[in-house]
Amino acid sequence: MKKLISPLDLTTQEIDELLSLADRIIEDPQAFAHKCDGKILATLFFEPSTRTRLSFESAMLSLGGKVLGFSSANSSSAAKGESVADTVRTVECYADIIAMRHPKEGAATVAAAKVDCPLINAGDGGHQHPTQTLTDLLTIHRLKGHLDNLTVGLCGDLKFGRTVHSLIRAMMRYENIKFVLVSPKELQVPDYIRDDLVRSGYEFEEVERLEDAIGKMDILYMTRVQRERFFNEEDYIRLRDSYILNNDKMKLAKQDMIVMHPLPRVNEISVEVDDDPRAAYFRQARFGRFVRMALILKMLEVE
Amino acid sequence: MLNIDSLEKGVVIDHIESGKSMEIYRVLELDKLDCSVAIIKNARSKKSGRKDIIKIEDRLDIDLDVLGFIDPNITVNIIDGGRIIEKKHLQLPERIVNVAKCKNPRCITSVEQELDHVFVLTDPEQGVYRCLYCEQEYERR
Repeated sequence: MKKLISPLDLTTQEIDELLSLADRIIEDPQAFAHKCDGKILATLFFEPSTRTRLSFESAMLSLGGKVLGFSSANSSSAAKGESVADTVRTVECYADIIAMRHPKEGAATVAAAKVDCPLINAGDGGHQHPTQTLTDLLTIHRLKGHLDNLTVGLCGDLKFGRTVHSLIRAMMRYENIKFVLVSPKELQVPDYIRDDLVRSGYEFEEVERLEDAIGKMDILYMTRVQRERFFNEEDYIRLRDSYILNNDKMKLAKQDMIVMHPLPRVNEISVEVDDDPRAAYFRQARFGRFVRMALILKMLEVE
Repeated sequence: MLNIDSLEKGVVIDHIESGKSMEIYRVLELDKLDCSVAIIKNARSKKSGRKDIIKIEDRLDIDLDVLGFIDPNITVNIIDGGRIIEKKHLQLPERIVNVAKCKNPRCITSVEQELDHVFVLTDPEQGVYRCLYCEQEYERR
């Protein structure tokens, strides 16, 4: 594996290998603390990001490697008009592996075609963000113990949320997954995702109110509903509270359900839920570091 | 019926969907040729009712992939000595380069001018092409 652009670039077997490597790292991080001694990760972030960039850097530092890079296009030669292709070809001279985020869709595909070193897409606009999906899969694997036989609820903006689309596609490869899609009509999953679900015979339902469906879920994946996505103010006012998770709604949920969120959270999960043992979103952020450690090891072919 | 002289030697692009001949004229850059080129619009067709035809009085190499992308039902007849010596049937090409532009304003091709615009055939049954970079579906007019 030399390039990772989309989560579906990985077979389920490769995902299993990554998750079990991440398990081993979590159990004994010290055993991996020098696996990448002498290796350099370049983090090329053409747009700002807190979580993704820091988790990549933390992952490489935890493996004994070093990091260099930039955290906005303004502090790179992109500000002078340099192309993505030229930037990555130059950076390849200074690093062993590249993680790249860019605001434009397909930027990682352009970069991957130009370099020989391993390259990870750390997000290309609204297109793909494979390490978020791997983080989500590791979270489910660690906290539920399996990736099959689950009812997965996805709530909020299911139309524009790329993490939601990637997770649906990734979970569709496992047995006996049921989806409960909770969103206002304006923000339902795009037709091509719904067509995929219908074509592959997946059981799914679409509902408008979280409280009507939360009781069935093994996993609740929350995303933010933004006011500007609504066509009219009346619908926004009518529905906004349905997409805010609080302790009252948590009372309707199973005792072993987990709540996930790609973060950053704004107000869609009340802070009162943070103390509920089912709230998994900060643990999820922590798993993001371990899955990136596993990915860096695999891509650098360090065992 | 409009009469156009039959070709002694050249190429006839036949069974063009009615109304698409000018698009083909533009894409194949036929305006740059010095030879005679006839565009027949809305000719009667037994198969489709109406069709367009382009006759070119020259044996030029036609990019069949481009034609197949625009309309795979087109046939290309090579004429010599006033007779059809070869009839080429088209199919949807696997990929096309710099024939169509990605219209997604969020695509990397919208900001990096030197990049090729590449579309890849992702669903041969439905004839769906997607941008190589952002995977946006190409929308035919």
